[in-house]
Amino acid sequence: MITTTHYMMLSVALFTLGVIGVLTRRNVIIVLMSIELMLNAVNINFVAFSHQLQNDVGQVFAVFVVVIAAAEAAVGLGIILALYRNTETVNIDEMNLLRW
Amino acid sequence: MAEAVAFYIVAALILGFGVLVITAKSAVHSILFLVADFLCVAALYVMLEAQFLAVIQVMVYAGGILVLYLFVVMLVNLKRPPEAHRDPHRLGRLGAVLAAAIFVELAAIFAVGWTKPAEVQGTLSPNNVEQIGRALYTEYLIPFELASVLLLVAMIGAIILAKREL
Repeated sequence: MITTTHYMMLSVALFTLGVIGVLTRRNVIIVLMSIELMLNAVNINFVAFSHQLQNDVGQVFAVFVVVIAAAEAAVGLGIILALYRNTETVNIDEMNLLRW
Repeated sequence: MAEAVAFYIVAALILGFGVLVITAKSAVHSILFLVADFLCVAALYVMLEAQFLAVIQVMVYAGGILVLYLFVVMLVNLKRPPEAHRDPHRLGRLGAVLAAAIFVELAAIFAVGWTKPAEVQGTLSPNNVEQIGRALYTEYLIPFELASVLLLVAMIGAIILAKREL
């Protein structure tokens, strides 16, 4: 029997994979993709609870998360393009203009 | 029984592709693994009776967002690999350890804090597109409109950021 806890554990594991990607990779495009993985983990949680409570509000909020992910991807990739045009790099270690 | 087998297969695929996404050397490979990962998540949504979200996942995520990623990776043709520059201050191992700590914390919250399931509040009809549409246009009308404004702002912002000169 697969319970909601199983889905929550899967979602935790996927979220952790996203955190590892954000913290350890240096390619900024892969960092953005890791953020997409984390948003997907959140969506799995929403849908699992929507299924358990037999209530469709969780799915409505998952749709909103997809909207946010699309906006984030568009703006994030625009920033990456602008940065690449100015600095010729996508390595986050070299994007340290604002670091003190 | 069949549900358990399907769940474990899909979960293993999701986590396996997730590991490949964050370990792949090339960004293009990473994106292709992410497409496979999102398709497996769509299969999971079908198992959870969220057919509308499964279709959205395939169309918006796998079809839209990841094509955008692929475009950007193709646009930034790198003369030297991004992993070449090594920052001596960077603590990659510490990052992995911190992520493991986050995993343990979240798992402990779920394992300890999970007492009893809340009571069922209604029924999900097998055709839940109608239910979701009704909720979006009545109860969640203002968030829905705000989301559309956000998408408009993001579209304009992305164009302004990516344009060479205005």
